[in-house]
Formats: sequence, structure tokens, C-alpha cells
Amino acid sequence: MSRFRKNEKKETPEINTSSMSDIVFMFLFFFMVITNMRESETKVKFKPPHASEYQKLEKKAAVATIYMGEPINSEAAAKAIDGKIAVQLNDKIANPVPIDFASDIKSFIKAERDDRIQKQEDPNIITYSLKIDGDVQMMYVTTLKEELRNNNALKINYATKKEKK
Amino acid sequence: MARKTPAINTGSMADISFLLLTFFLMVSSINSEQGIMRMLPQKSNNEDQPKEVDIKERNILKILVRSNGDILINGTTIIRNNEILSKLKDEAKLFFSNPQNLPNLPEKKEKQCGLLGTYNVSQGVVELTSDNGATFESYIMVQNELSKAINELRDELSFITYGKNFDKLDESLADERKSIMQAIPLNIKEKTE
Repeated sequence: MSRFRKNEKKETPEINTSSMSDIVFMFLFFFMVITNMRESETKVKFKPPHASEYQKLEKKAAVATIYMGEPINSEAAAKAIDGKIAVQLNDKIANPVPIDFASDIKSFIKAERDDRIQKQEDPNIITYSLKIDGDVQMMYVTTLKEELRNNNALKINYATKKEKK
Repeated sequence: MARKTPAINTGSMADISFLLLTFFLMVSSINSEQGIMRMLPQKSNNEDQPKEVDIKERNILKILVRSNGDILINGTTIIRNNEILSKLKDEAKLFFSNPQNLPNLPEKKEKQCGLLGTYNVSQGVVELTSDNGATFESYIMVQNELSKAINELRDELSFITYGKNFDKLDESLADERKSIMQAIPLNIKEKTE
């Protein structure tokens, strides 16, 4: 008898963790579905202005982003307009106005449009999301808009933040 | 005789997926793509065409954003330092709707608007200009008020005809939505030169 009792010594039962991974994977997929990847690293300061009448961008794939704001790294600072405001096209900093600004915008828009055409989509569906810092003066914004117009990029979206109430 | 397959230790699986989860949480952003949609006016590069279509004086509402935050409407009414922005909204609403058909406010033209049939569409155009030194934030505030004016007008029309607000008209009511958008167009001309 004593021989059997030895084997029956009580042990804390191990917790079954196999379902844990399932739960976490479920979380993972959930987040992968509802989120969209941060498409590019921002090299300029960008704090969007508040607005209440915003719309959500429907087609996320057909969005080209243009940032505008104070530079936060040295590369951006070197190319800033008047040493103050830098313009970032997707992930590249554009050259300042007197030098190559117009041609930079032009080639950027052309690249975006060509990309759409290659995917057999209408290049006119591209929305240009203008992520402009609230403190930027309008003259810089106007220059940018004029360039967009010159290149027939008319569908724009001013990025805003939800208004605090 | 079939041998029993040894159980695979899945304890680390949870660790790996947690790692992936945190990675995705860090690199992603939830729905940050939102903003005010606008169409820029087309550039006419054809020199034969007149550069700008002549618009009657009564059909234009000129809004100017000054560098100090003041807002001028038709060169006279001044909203100082964003004090009473709702005044701008009311002004824009009155301009776009012209409820009493006053001769100094925009005229209306009958137009076929989808499911609504013929509707008196306002010919009003807001011309938005800004001083060089005006901040983008104040410019967006004005844009926001203009959008609000249009949205409220669309809401009113939508509520009368369909019994719900404009933003409640979803995918299944896309045609209704389109008709209302045709009946109350958002005519903002952003001057760039």
C-alpha cells in the first residue's frame, strides 16, 4: 500500500495555456484588420487643426500624403522654405521653393498617377491628403495648392483632428 | 503499433503572438485619415477661354482671412479673432439658401436633381481668400464653418424629404444622398493667386 501512496502525492495541476495563443492571435487579427500601417515617418512637425465637419477618407489605397510643417530633423531643416517650413512628399522631403520645389511636386504627382495607371485604375481618384500643421502660414499653403493645380491634382483633403467639446 | 506523437510545447506560442500584437499596436494608427474634402478649381490653360467665368456680383460671397485672425465678409463685416464663428456659419447659410429670394442674395436656377426632380439650386459661390500671414488653423476654421453651413442645409432638406438627417443616408440610400448633394452643392472657390 505504501508504494501506491507515494505516487499519489498531490501536485498542483498545470494550467493549460494552449488556448492562450488562440486568444492572442484573435486579438492580433482584430488589430490588423481595424488599423492601417503608418505609411511614412514624419520628418516635419505636424499637429492638425481641429474641425468638427470632417469626413473619413474612403479609399485608403488611393491617398498620397503631403506633409507641411516645421522641420524636426536636420535633413528637413536643410531643405526648409525660408528656413522655417519643410514639405514632405510621402516620405521624401521636397527641395525648397526657389530651387526645385515645382519640379519635385510635379514628379511626385506624376509618379503617383503612373502608379495608378499601372494598376489599371483611374489616376483621377487619387486624393491628396494635405497634412499641414495648424501654425503654418497660408502663403506656404497657397504655393503648394497652386502647384497642385498646375499638375491637375484637384482632389484634396485637409487633414484635421476631432474637435474637443 | 502506432507510436504516440509527443505533444508539442505551445507555451511559447503565446509569447510570439504577443510580440506580434505589440508590434502591430506600435506601427499602426487607428483611422487617422480624416479631414475636410475639397476640390481645387481647375486650371484653364486654354488661352482662348476666358480665364474666369463671369459670376454676377450677387452670387459671390467674398471671405477673407486676415493675418491677425479677423475674418472679412464681402469686405465689410468683420469677425474679430475668431470670436463669433457661428456668425460666419449663419451668414453662409443665409447666402446659400436665400429663403426669401432677396435680390441681393444669390439667384436660383431650376435644375434636375435626381430623385428630387427639379429643384431651385442656388448659384452662390463662396470665394475664399487668405492673407499671406494667416495661419492654416484659422483658414480651416472658416472652411469648417462653411462645411457646417452646407451640412445643416443638407440636413434640413434631407429631413423634410426623407425624414432623416443627411449623414444618416447610408449606402442603401446612395441615390437620395446624391440628389441632395446636387440640390445643395458646396461651391467654394479657393483663390490661389
